[in-house]
Amino acid sequence: MHAALLLLADSRLPAGGHAHSGGAEEAVRAGTVTGPDDLARFLRGRLATAGLVAAALAAAACELGSAAVDTSERVDGDAGTGEGDPAMLPWRRLDAEADARTASPAQREAARTQGRLLVRTARRIWPSPALESLARAVPDGAHHPVALGATAAAAGCDPGQAALAAAYWSVTGPATAAVRLLGLDPVAVHRLLADLAPSLGATARAARTALHTWTADPGAPWTTNPDVPWTADPDDRRASSPDIGRATDPDLIGVEFMSDACWAALPATTAPALDLLAESHLRAETRLFVS
Amino acid sequence: MGAHHDDKHDAPDGHGRALRLGIGGPVGSGKTALVAALCRSLGPSMRLGVVTNDIYTTEDADFLRRAGVLDPDRILAVQTGCCPHTAIRDDIAANLDAVETLEERFGPLDLVIVESGGDNLTATFSRGLADSQIFVLDVSGGDKVPRKGGPGVTTADLLVVNKTDLAPMVGADLTVMSRDAGAVRDGRPVLFTSIREDGGAHGVAEWVSGVVDSWHHHGHLHDGEVVP
Ligand SMILES: Nc1nc2c(ncn2[C@@H]2O[C@H](COP(=O)(O)OP(=O)(O)OP(=O)(O)O)[C@@H](O)[C@H]2O)c(=O)[nH]1
Ligand SMILES: [Mg+2]
Repeated sequence: MHAALLLLADSRLPAGGHAHSGGAEEAVRAGTVTGPDDLARFLRGRLATAGLVAAALAAAACELGSAAVDTSERVDGDAGTGEGDPAMLPWRRLDAEADARTASPAQREAARTQGRLLVRTARRIWPSPALESLARAVPDGAHHPVALGATAAAAGCDPGQAALAAAYWSVTGPATAAVRLLGLDPVAVHRLLADLAPSLGATARAARTALHTWTADPGAPWTTNPDVPWTADPDDRRASSPDIGRATDPDLIGVEFMSDACWAALPATTAPALDLLAESHLRAETRLFVS
Repeated sequence: MGAHHDDKHDAPDGHGRALRLGIGGPVGSGKTALVAALCRSLGPSMRLGVVTNDIYTTEDADFLRRAGVLDPDRILAVQTGCCPHTAIRDDIAANLDAVETLEERFGPLDLVIVESGGDNLTATFSRGLADSQIFVLDVSGGDKVPRKGGPGVTTADLLVVNKTDLAPMVGADLTVMSRDAGAVRDGRPVLFTSIREDGGAHGVAEWVSGVVDSWHHHGHLHDGEVVP
C-alpha cells in the first residue's frame, strides 16, 4: 500500500469535503435517517450504488493520470499546454461519463465543486502533469471521483487504491455529517464504518474488475500508440475495434475514436433516491451542508 | 503555481491581487453590520468583493444584498457544514475558491472581505486565507470578554468592540474593556464602535484604508511584514 493513500483518505485533507453530507442532511430532515440502524442502511446503499460508480471513475482517472505522468516524463516534463492538447480529451470524456451517471443537477454541481476544490488543493500538495492537464481540460471542476483518481495518480497511488479511497469517501462524509446533525454516538458510528470495511474492499475490487474490461478494450484511450497516448490515427482505431461510437457533444469532438464500449464497462449503478435527496436539499430553506 | 491562470483551481501570485480581510467574532456581535458599514464607507473609493460564511441559511449574504451597499453579484456565500471555524482555518478551500471567483469575475479588486460565521473566541483566520483580520466583540457579552482573551482577541490585527450604545444598559465599563484588551494585545489597536449610531464605522474604515494602502502601494502590511 502506498502511504499517500492515508493522506488522500484523511478527512483533514483541506479540500472542502467537510461541508458536504452526501445526502445525509436531507435524509435526516426527511426522517429517513434517524439513528445508527437506518444510518447503517443508508451507508450500505450509498456504497453499493454511488460508491461503486465513484470507485470505478476514480480508478479510471488514476489510470489516465498515471499515463499522463508517464507520458510527460518521456516528453521532457511538458504535459502539453494548448487547448487542442489531445491529453485533455480522455479527461473530458471521463468527466462526461461521470455526468451521464449523475442525473441530478444538484449532485452534479456538488460533485464538480468538490472536484474543483480537491484539484486546487492537490495541485499544491502533489504537483503533477496529471492534475495540470485535468485542471485545463475541465476548468470549472471535474466530478469529485475523477479529481480523486487524478490526485491518487499524482500522489503515486495505483487505481485499486484510488478506488478504495473513493469508496471510503462515499461513506465517511455522510457518516460524519449524521454524527453532527443527530448528535449520534461517534463511537457507534465508527463501529458501523468498521463493519463496512469488508464491503469497501469488495467495492474497490469490483471497480478494478470493471477497469480491466475498460483497459482491455481495443478502443481504450491509450492502446493505439504507446508512445504518445490519445493521438492515435482514428482509422487505426476503427480497424482495431469492432464497436466504435461517435461523440455528438461538440466538446468531445476528436474523442470519437474512443470506443463507447470501453466506457460502457464503467458501472452505472446510480441511486435515484440520492438524486431526489440532492434535489430537495437544494430547495430546502435552511441547510448546514452544501450537499 | 502561478504559471497558468486560465482555470479556476489556482491562486494568483501575491503581487497585484486584492487584500483579503477576514472579519470574525462571536455570533451577533455585528460582523455583518461592520461589513455593510465598510462597503458604505469604502465602496466609493475601492473595488470591493465580499464572501460570507453563513451557518444555516444565506441570511448574511441576503442581508448585504438587500442593504444595497454593494452590487449583489459581488457578494458570494460559502456554506460551512456545522463547522464555521474549519472553513476559515483548517480547510480554507471553499473560501479561497469564492475569493478567487470574485477576483476573476470582477477583478482587479482592491479589497475582498471574508466574514466568518459567528463562532467562539478561539476562531481565527488562516494566513492562507486572510492577509489581515479584524475580530469583532460587542459590549453586551459583558466587559470581562477581552480579559478572557483567546486567539481572536489577542492576535487579530484590529479588535473592534461594537455596540457601545448598549454599554449603559448592560453595565459594561468601556475603560475596563479598553485596559484589558490593551494588556493582552501587545500594543495592537482596539477601536470602539456603535455601528447603530455610525453607519459607516468611520474609525474602522480609516484603519482598513491604511492597510489596503500599504498592501497595494508599499508592498507590506503592519510591522514590516513583506507581501509575498
Ligand atoms: N444596538 C446596536 N445594535 C447593533 C450594532 N451593530 C449591530 N447591531 C445589531 O446586532 C444584531 C446582530 O448584528 P449582525 O451584524 O448581524 O451580527 P453578526 O456578527 O454578523 O452575526 P452572525 O453573523 O449571526 O454571527 C443586528 O440586529 C444588528 O442590527 C450596534 O452598534 N448597536
Ligand atoms: Mg453575520
